[in-house]
Amino acid sequence: MPDKKIRVLIAKPGLDGHDRGAKVIARALRDAGMEVIYTGLRQTPEMIATAAIQEDVDVIGLSILSGAHNTICPQLMQLLHDKGMTEVIVLLGGIIPEADVAELKKAGIAEIFLPGTSTQDIVDFIHKRVPQTS
Amino acid sequence: MSDPSKGGSQTIVPAEPASHRRESPTKEKAWEEQTLAPTLEKSPERQSEFTTISNYPVRRLYTPTNLADWSPERDLGYPGEPPYTRGIHSTMHRGRLWTMRQFAGFGAAEDTNQRFRYLLAQGQTGLSTAFDLPTLMGYDSDHPLSEGEVGKCGVAISSLADMEVLFDQIPLADVTTSMTINSPAAIIWAMYLAVAEKQGADWKKISGTLQNDILKEYIAQKEYIYPPEPSMRLVIDTFEFGVKNTPKFNTISISGYHIREAGSTAIQELAFTLRDGLEYVEWGMRRGLDVDEFVPQLSFFFNAHSDFFEEIAKYRAARRIWNKAMVERYKAKNPRTWALRFHTQTAGCSLTAQQPYNNVVRTALQALAAVLGGTQSLHTNSLDEAWALPTEFAATIALRTQQIIAHETGVTNTVDPLGGSYFVETLTNEIERGAWDYIEKIDALGGMVAAIERGYPQREIAEASYRYQVALDKKEKIMVGVNDYVSQEKPLDTLQIDETVAHRQAERLRKLRADRSSDEVARRLAALRKATKSKDNLMPYIFEAVKSYATLGEICDAMRETFGTYEEVAIT
Repeated sequence: MPDKKIRVLIAKPGLDGHDRGAKVIARALRDAGMEVIYTGLRQTPEMIATAAIQEDVDVIGLSILSGAHNTICPQLMQLLHDKGMTEVIVLLGGIIPEADVAELKKAGIAEIFLPGTSTQDIVDFIHKRVPQTS
Repeated sequence: MSDPSKGGSQTIVPAEPASHRRESPTKEKAWEEQTLAPTLEKSPERQSEFTTISNYPVRRLYTPTNLADWSPERDLGYPGEPPYTRGIHSTMHRGRLWTMRQFAGFGAAEDTNQRFRYLLAQGQTGLSTAFDLPTLMGYDSDHPLSEGEVGKCGVAISSLADMEVLFDQIPLADVTTSMTINSPAAIIWAMYLAVAEKQGADWKKISGTLQNDILKEYIAQKEYIYPPEPSMRLVIDTFEFGVKNTPKFNTISISGYHIREAGSTAIQELAFTLRDGLEYVEWGMRRGLDVDEFVPQLSFFFNAHSDFFEEIAKYRAARRIWNKAMVERYKAKNPRTWALRFHTQTAGCSLTAQQPYNNVVRTALQALAAVLGGTQSLHTNSLDEAWALPTEFAATIALRTQQIIAHETGVTNTVDPLGGSYFVETLTNEIERGAWDYIEKIDALGGMVAAIERGYPQREIAEASYRYQVALDKKEKIMVGVNDYVSQEKPLDTLQIDETVAHRQAERLRKLRADRSSDEVARRLAALRKATKSKDNLMPYIFEAVKSYATLGEICDAMRETFGTYEEVAIT
C-alpha cells in the first residue's frame, strides 16, 4: 500500500501581508511530497480551524511576523481543542522572541521555527511526527 | 535577458581612440593564454560560476572589451544632466549630504513622539513614520481584527487626535516627514496637513513624502484594502491635490524596497518599480494632469541589499531608465520630471536573528552602496530588527553608521567615484537591459494593473524567492551565522510592546467618540460617501472628515461601502 500523503495547511493569520516565508514553506513541503493547502492572507483563528477540519490536515503551519503570536496562537489552540482536533500538529514560524517560546509550547504549539531555519529541518520534523502509512 | 557571458558587441564607437579599441581584445586574448590559463591549470577557481546574490552571472574580469558599444557621452554624461547615470545633482554629496531618515514608530502616539524627538536630538535630519498594522489596513485600534496588533509594528493612529500627539512640539514647517502608509494614505496625509494647519505651517512650504504606492502592495507587501481601480483613483486624487496645494511634498514614494524584501532579484526590483512608476504617470496623464507638473512630486524608494556592485549598478540604471522613459514615452520637458530621486533602506531581509551584532556590518556595507549609488535619503536598519522593532541603543548605532560613512570614509568627496569602472558600467548596462525586457513584457500584458491581476510579477518574485531559499539550503549562497560559521550567542534585549498600548488606545477612542460632534462627523462622512460615487477629487472630503475627528476606520468604511475590498488569488 502506498504511503498516504501528509496533508499540511499553511496559514497566515493576523493583519500582516508579508507572505514570503509562508509561500517558501508551502513550496518546500510540496516539493518534499506533501499535500499543501495555503489559506492566503488574513485568516482569523476561526477560519484556520475550520479549514483544518474541512481539509482533514495532519499539520497546521502558521506564519506570524507581526508580534501578534501571543494573541493568535492560544485562541487557535483553544478552538482546535473545542472542535476535537487534538491530533493535529501545529507549527509556528516567524519572528518569535525567545522569551515567548516556552509559553507558546505550553499552549500546544509543537515546534517554533525561527528565522534562518532550513526548509529541510521543517520537512524532517514533520516526517518524524506524522505517521506516514494509513 | 541577453547573455552577458558573450560580452558587448564589437561595434567601434568613433568617439573612443581607435587604437585603444583595436588593441584591447588582442592583448586580452594574450593575457588569457599566457597568464590566466597556466594559473587555472595549477589552481582552479573556488567555484565554476560566480553570481550576484540575485543569481546574475559575474565574469572574471571586466575590460574595455565589455564596453565596446558604450559611449561615455551618451551613457554616462555628467552629474546633474541627462541621462543622470552619475547622479541628479552636479555636486551630489559634496553639496549636500543625503537626508538621514530613520524609520520609527511603535506603541501609541506619545511613545513614537518621544523617539522622534530623541532621533532629531541625535542629528537625524528627517522623520520617517512607521504605522501599525491596524492603521495600515484601515482599522481603528479598538476594531476586533486589531486585537494583538496595536502598536506592534508601528505607531497606532486612529484619528487626528493621535496625529496631534505624534507631532507634538515638532514644527512641521521645519522638518520633512516621510509616512509609510499606502491604502489609507490620503487619510493619514489629510491628518498631517490638518496638524500643519493648526501649527500655522504654510502648505506651500512643507515637505515630506507619502508612500502611497498601492501597486507594490498588490505585488509584494499585500497591505491593500480596495480593488486596484478605486485605489488608483485615490492615488491620482492625492497627485492632483498635491500639485495645487503642496508643491514641495512628494505625493508618492514608488517602492522597490518591499518587492525586494518579498524575494525578488535586483533586476525585478528595478523593473517592477519603474513600471509601477510609468503606470502612475499614465493614470495621472489620463486624469488630465500635466506630466511636467505632477511627476516632479513623484519619488522612489529602493532596497540596499548585500551584493555591493549589483546595488550600485541598479541605482545608476534606475536613473537612466526613468530619464529615457520620461523623454521618449511622455515627451517631458522639465528636467525635474527626468531626474529620478530616491530614498534607500538597507535590506531588512538580510538581517540575521543569529549573531545579531553582525547586522551592524551588513548594514554599513549596504548603506555604503546606497551612498555610492547616489541616494537622496537613507534609512539604516538596526542590529536587532530580525527580532523586534529597534531599541533606542540599536537605533542610535544605525544612525551613527550613516554619520561615519558621511564624515569618515571620504566617499562623499567626489561625485560617482565608481563611474568609468569597467565592471560597474557593464553591470549598469546589463541591469538596465534586463529591466527594459521586463518593462516591455509588462507593457505587452497591458500595463501593471493588468499584469498584477494576472499574477505575473507576484509569480516571478515567488520563483526568485524560492530559488534563493534552495541556494541557501544547498549552501550555494552563504549567510554568515545562519548556514555557515554558526555559533551560539546569548539573546538580545529587545523592545517589548505590551497590551497596555491597546488599552490606552481603546480608552482614547471611547473618549474621542463621546467628545466630538457626532452630527458633524455623520455629515462629513455622508458627504464623502456621496463623493465616492462621483468623479470628484476625494481629498477635500477626506480632509473635512478628518478635521471633524472622524476616525480612520470610519473614513475607510465609508469608502469600503462604495469601493468594496480586494482579495488576492494566492499564488504559491
